[in-house]
Parts: sequence; structure tokens; C-alpha cells
Amino acid sequence: MTSIILLSIFGIVNLFLGFMKSKRVLLPIVMVFLAVALAAAVRDWGQLNTYFGNFNTMMNMDNFAVAFSSVMILSALFILPFSRSYAVGENANLAEYYSLLLFSLVGGIMMVTYENLLMLFLGIEIMSVSMYILAGSDKRNVLSNEASMKYFLMGAFFTGIILFGIALLYGATGSFSLPIISAAAQALEPGTAPLLLMGLLLVLVGITFKVGAAPFHFWTPDVYDGTPTIFTSYMSTVVKTAGIAAFYKLLSAAFGGVYEQWFPTVVAITVLTLVIGNVGAVAQTSFKRMLAYSSISHAGYLMIALTAFNERSENAILFYSLAYAVATIAAFGVLKYVSDARGSNDYEAFSGLGRTNPLLAFVMTVAMLSLAGIPLTGGFFGKLFLFSAALEQDMVWLIVVAVLMSAVGIYYYFRVIIAMYLRDAVAERVPVDSLGTFTLISLVVLTVIMGVLPGLFSGLL
Amino acid sequence: MLTALLILWPALAALLVLLVKGQGAKKVAFGAALVELLLGIYAWANFNPNVVEPQFLLNEPWVASAGILFKVGIDGISLLLVLLTVFLIPLIILASFKNNYDRPSSFFALILFMQTGLIGVFTALDAFLFYFFWEVALIPVYFIAAMWGGENRIKVTFKFFLYTVFGSLFMLAAFVYLYFQTPGTHSSEDQAFYALVLSGDTQSWLFWFLFIAFAIKMPVFPFHTWQPDTYTTAPAAGTMLLSGIMLKMGIYGALRWLLPVVPLGVSQWATVALVLAIIGIIYGAIIAIRQQDMKRVVAFSSISHVGLIAAGLFTLNEQGLQGVMIQMLSHGINVVGLFFIIDIIQRRIGTRDIAAMGGITQNAPFMTVCFMILMLGAVALPLTNGFVGEFLLLFGVFRYEAWMGAVAGITIILGAVYMLRMFQRVMFGVKNEITQGFTDLTASEKAVLIPLVVMVFWIGLHPNTFLSLSEPAVLHLLEVIKR
Repeated sequence: MTSIILLSIFGIVNLFLGFMKSKRVLLPIVMVFLAVALAAAVRDWGQLNTYFGNFNTMMNMDNFAVAFSSVMILSALFILPFSRSYAVGENANLAEYYSLLLFSLVGGIMMVTYENLLMLFLGIEIMSVSMYILAGSDKRNVLSNEASMKYFLMGAFFTGIILFGIALLYGATGSFSLPIISAAAQALEPGTAPLLLMGLLLVLVGITFKVGAAPFHFWTPDVYDGTPTIFTSYMSTVVKTAGIAAFYKLLSAAFGGVYEQWFPTVVAITVLTLVIGNVGAVAQTSFKRMLAYSSISHAGYLMIALTAFNERSENAILFYSLAYAVATIAAFGVLKYVSDARGSNDYEAFSGLGRTNPLLAFVMTVAMLSLAGIPLTGGFFGKLFLFSAALEQDMVWLIVVAVLMSAVGIYYYFRVIIAMYLRDAVAERVPVDSLGTFTLISLVVLTVIMGVLPGLFSGLL
Repeated sequence: MLTALLILWPALAALLVLLVKGQGAKKVAFGAALVELLLGIYAWANFNPNVVEPQFLLNEPWVASAGILFKVGIDGISLLLVLLTVFLIPLIILASFKNNYDRPSSFFALILFMQTGLIGVFTALDAFLFYFFWEVALIPVYFIAAMWGGENRIKVTFKFFLYTVFGSLFMLAAFVYLYFQTPGTHSSEDQAFYALVLSGDTQSWLFWFLFIAFAIKMPVFPFHTWQPDTYTTAPAAGTMLLSGIMLKMGIYGALRWLLPVVPLGVSQWATVALVLAIIGIIYGAIIAIRQQDMKRVVAFSSISHVGLIAAGLFTLNEQGLQGVMIQMLSHGINVVGLFFIIDIIQRRIGTRDIAAMGGITQNAPFMTVCFMILMLGAVALPLTNGFVGEFLLLFGVFRYEAWMGAVAGITIILGAVYMLRMFQRVMFGVKNEITQGFTDLTASEKAVLIPLVVMVFWIGLHPNTFLSLSEPAVLHLLEVIKR
């Protein structure tokens, strides 16, 4: 819980730091802020803190919440070093962007700690509003403006749907609190509670939009493409992790007893997401848009654990979220350096990177192998754990779909590897700063550790 | 611990090689591979062939929460393949000395890195660990073939990669399914899989899930379409790795994870698998006769030879399986030797086109002798290694079904046709302007070919050195299958 309070205070302090003349000091300060928040979050592990009676039973910082908040803060910590070039430019609003990032993390943590649907709603809103602004932070770029506008209009609409769903749930059960809703849902005969089911469906739709799962994924490619790369990588990791964890928490804490009622909907969303994400990614010529579709497909993989819904699910989601976040941040990090230097997000921009920048190419290769789920990387065990969770429920056909889609995934992830190593260089060496190099190496090391010693991270929850 | 050392050493050495700049990398890599060879010989010396249980066992929890083990050990079946790997890798590295590849440290590091994967595959005794090493071995050879390959390499190697990964995903799915059938908190250990009692229907589809993965790797007809192009396009070292060692992964995988795990499935489908294998034998041989590119001749001959090995797998009798074991060694030795000779010829005169050559023997008598011995080994002349393996295999197939043995036996005749045709046109005849200045083998080339030639005779004259190593393990395997 301390992490929420600290991050809120840091966010406000950081706004005032923006008055300083030099923008260069902001990055180290914010990184220290995040490191402190991470330490505070990890300290809560197994502690069962009850501040103010868990804020009147509004929030609960259990191990589940600690684990996912830590993944989110860690992801943010890994993303920030790539924003260094922003400080060098004439970016006047850097402090504000960093503050928004910190505030959105507060929202994200609320989304994994909520015990009450009001807190879920607040969390989603705090996170989303920050992201609407950050999506448009490249003010002079038309695409960035488009991204912000699209994201805001659609996001506001789906926020309304979530709110409507919450209202219906309140009408059916008389409470916003998850335990009470859970008890009420179990007491109701299936099929006799249209209000409850409708409410659940609407909340599901809203969260589906937030995690970018099909059929409410249409905003993703355009928004990811237009948003500055730093914030795209933030969106596809932190926001996604928060969304999936919130999704799981909603289903397990409030609707675990009525599994049969929501199972068909969630399974349909999962399959659609897997197919649309993977098939959509194949057709892209822009690496950044490919990553957008790939993030849709990974939402689909994560949702396999939701449909399985057993004691393996939590751990599988946690492991996969971490592996996915680490690999995605590495990929976006390399993309940022390459697109800054070569002015393009396309696959062609990566041509010959293996010769001009062996390190960047290696980092990208490891990231792609991990996203494709090839052994020696965390992504392999992530997929193995997810599939295990589903197979324990005997959902063989779902796994067949997922396996086929993984094979499709290999195709588009390898395109960039082929471009880097097998095509001739189109341009000069891409300049990389030392902080970025260090971060990229750490990400690779973490990916390989997860792939060789998965026991360190699995089975935590 | 010895097994773990055998697995880890090449990977560590690979990191070391990466740090070496320039052409010095190959010497470091060669030295590292020799150390690995010594480790392998040490394992051989300390191996007790009468014990059927895996020796030098290391059994540690890997993913403790899921009951997945890091269990590696060497039994008679593993030992032969480990020996094959540690014997061939230094020769493959030495064979690449003269090619002066671009970025040599990456090239040689990838070879060593692949060795880690290969040894891991041949010693893993946990299904997920096996899968892990299976893919670890694939990635380096993909990059070797794709980065240092010839024309059309991007398309060809990508097809190879997608094809094999697609197959292995089925294997993974089957492993996960089997894992959940194990009692209690689940286990992916080999013994736990062997102890499973599954219905015939379940074993029937599990057979195909596993078989496809192994069949693509070998490759067995009709899953072979990636093979000729990949062998042709890959650089010599890549082709040697693929044909000499990597395809044995498929055969070994079937021995360890197919036959004993789904015995009922195997007995249902053995005839189909045998027919596919025999079609491959004939098909590969006939196409090999028509090839003009030396590398393609050997590539298609490899389909033919591997078809016979695959057929031996499904005979499920001692002769057949012992034939598989010894022929895996022989095929590895012969095919690496032949691909090396082709690479020597290509380096000297810049072509592999059979029609363009002739009369090389007059300039290169020493190479002629080596080439002939390796070729005779490949066509299974008595006294050479190929004879022992093919004899046992054909005997095994014959015992399974007489007409199949008869059809498969055609391979010996067809094999002689395509091999002698190639040998004759390349080596004999009159010299032309291309082969005019051909020079005989250099010292380092002799250093590669002489050990191979020695092995051809060793296995041919005294196969018992190796057969006795694997015999108890093979008999034990048969017991497990027929339980």
C-alpha cells in the first residue's frame, strides 16, 4: 500500500521539479522514485498490511497485488532509460510526462489491489486519462494527435460501458464490494439474474477494450503506431498487465462461483483475440504495428489462463506477464534507437543491424525468440505454464488453436531477425547511449534467467 | 556431474570464443571441442555397459513447483550418440578452417553452442528438458545456415525453421498431455512417462503428435521437403551438423520418447511408418541418381539411408534396433566425410556440378582413396561400417515382414548406382580445364579425413566395440516397449 502513497507524492513532487532549469536531472530522479516505490511494494510481500482497515475494505494489498504491482513498477523502471533523448531535446513538458507516468502507475496498482468496484473504476480512469495525454505527447506529429484522439474517444466510451455494468451489478447485488457480489452471485439461480449477467458482460466488454483484446481491439494498431515509442511500450506492458490482472481478479474474487456463466464469453474472446492478433500481425510492414498486433495476440495467450481458471492460472499469468513485459520493452527499446536514427518503424529500417550494431541485433533477437516462445527464453516457460493451466482443464482444442497461432507468430517475429542478419545494411551504425545499453543487457539477462531457471519466478503465488 | 559438464562446457567455450577477435577464434573453438572430446572419452572409459540404468546421473529439481526435473544421464543408447557428437564436432570445426568465413567468432561460437543443445538432447531424461534442448540445438544451426549459406538462403532456411518448429510444437503438446496423465502432482520424468497406462485410442493420436516431430527432423518421406534445399544451401559445416548429427536427434527422440511411451500406438501404426520409411528409401535413391549437384546427390542419398534407419526403428526387434544404433554412427561418419570432400572440391574449383568435372584422381590420389573408402562405406560394402548397419537393419526389417525387407534391400543396389556414378564422373575420365590445377589434400584436410576413414574400418571390422555398449540398453528398451 505504501507504494501507492509514495508514487502519488512522487508524482506531485516531480511536477515541481519541472521548474528546474535542467531537464537532465529529471530522469535519474524519477528512476530513484520508481526504485523506492518498487522496494516499498516488494516489502509488502506476505505482510498483510491493513492500513486504515484496508481503506474501509476498498483495497487489499495481498501477495497477488504485490506481485503484479512489482511487475508494473519494474516495467516502468526498465522503460524510462529509453526516454533519455527526450530530455536532450527542447521538450518543455518532460516533468509533466513523467508525473503522468507515475500517476498512471498509481492507477495501475489500484487496478490490482481493488476489493471494491469503485476502486477498479477509479484505477482504470486514473490510468487511462494519463495515457490519453501521453499518447498525444508528440504534439507536432499528426499521428500522435490522431492516436490521442482515438484513444480518448473510444476509451471514454468504454469507460461509460464499464460504469454502466458496475451500476447494473450494484442493482443486482446491492453492493460494490467483491466479497458481497460473490456471495450474491452464488446465491442466485443461474439464468434468473439477467441484471447480474448483463452487468458482468458490460464490465467484461469494458476491460476487454482496456487490455486490447478482440473484438474490441480496433484502436490498438493506430494508437500504438502514433504514440511516441516510449509510451507505446508502456501501454503494451504496464497497462496490459494491469488490465489482465484486474480481469483475473474480477473473475476470481467476484464471479468464481458462476464460472459456467461467463466461460463461453471469455473463451470466445480468447480464441478471437489469438486469431486476429496473430493473423493481423503477419500482414504488417511496419515493425511497430506488428508489435501492436503482437500485443493483441499476447493478450489472447494471457486470457487462456483466465479461461482455464484453476490454481495454476495466477502463477501462469504472473510469469507470462513478466516475460512478455521484459521482451516487449527490449523490442521497443531497440526500435526506438533504430527509428530515431533511421527515421522509420518499418522492417526495412532494421536491415543489416546485425553488422552495424551487433548488440542491438542480439537484444532484438532474444526479445523476438522470447515473444515467439522458443526455449532458452522466458517466453517459452510462460507459454508452457499457460498451456499447462488450460490442459489441466482438458481444453485440448483451445491449445491446438494456441499452438497453431504460435507457429504463425514465429513467422512474423523472425522477419525482423532475418532483416537484421541476412539483409544488407541500409545505413550507418545506430548510436546508443550507455544507460540504454545497460538496460538492454539487463533485459536480455533477465529473459535468459527466466528461460533457464524458471523456478525462481514460478510458483510464487 | 560429468553429464552436466559435457553439456555446459561447449556453451561456456562458446562465450569464450565470442570474445576472440578475428581468425584466432577457430583455434580456440577447436581446442574447446578437443577438451569436450576428452570428456567424452573419459565418460566412455568409465561407462559400465552392463548397467541398463543411466549413469553419471544428475537429478535436480528445475521447476520445483511443477515437478519438472533437470535430469540428465547417459545409458548405452545415449553414450553412442554423445560419442558421435564429441567426435564429429572437432572435425567439423577443423573442416571449416580453410573457408575463412566472415565474422568467424560468431560462426564457431554457434557450432559450440549447438553442441550444448545436441549433448543435452542425447542425455535429457525429462520430457520438458528434452524439448528445451531440442529447440536450443535448432537455433544455432538455423543461424549458421541462414547467415553463411549460399543463394536463396533466406527463403530456404526459413522454411526449414518453420517446418521443424511446427513439428516440435506437436511434440510439446503431446508432452504436456502426457504430463497431466501422470499421477499425483504430475511429473515429466522419463520413468513416469514409461509407467503410464493409456488407452489404445489415446496412444493412437499421441503417436502421430510425436512421430511428426521426429519424422520432420530425420526426415522421413513425406516430411522431407525442407531437406535437400537446406543441405544444398547451408555452408559445409552447417550441412555436416544437420546431416551428421542433427538428424540423429529425430531417431534418438523416437527411441527415447516414442517407442517406450506409446507402445500401443506404435504397434497400431508401425506398418504405416515402415511403408513411409521404405518409400523414402526408394524415392531418395531414385532422385539421387538424377542429380547434377554433388551436394544434392548426398542430400537425397541421406533421405534414402535415413529411411532405412527409420524402418529399423519400427521393427521392434533386437537386430533392427541395434542396426539403428550402429547405422546412426556410420551414417554420421560417412555423410560428414562425403560433404567435406564435396566442400574441398568446391573450394578448389568453385563448382559442385558433376558434369563439369573429371580426372581429379590424377592430381589428387590421396583424396581419391579417402573419397572411395567413405563412398564404399556409404554403399555398404562388406568390411566397411555401412555394411554392418545396413545388414542388421535389413535383417530386422526382413524379420518383421519379408516383402518389406526385400523392397528395402533394393537400397543397396540403388545406392551403389548413384554413388559410383558420382564417383566415376568426378574422379575418373580425362582432365579438363577446370580440374587441371587440382591439388591434393593439405595437412589439415588429412587431419579431418584420416580419423573418419579409420572409423569406417573400425566399425566395419570390429563393430562389437560399439554394439556391446548399446546392447544391454537396447534389450532393456525392448522390455519396456513390450511390457
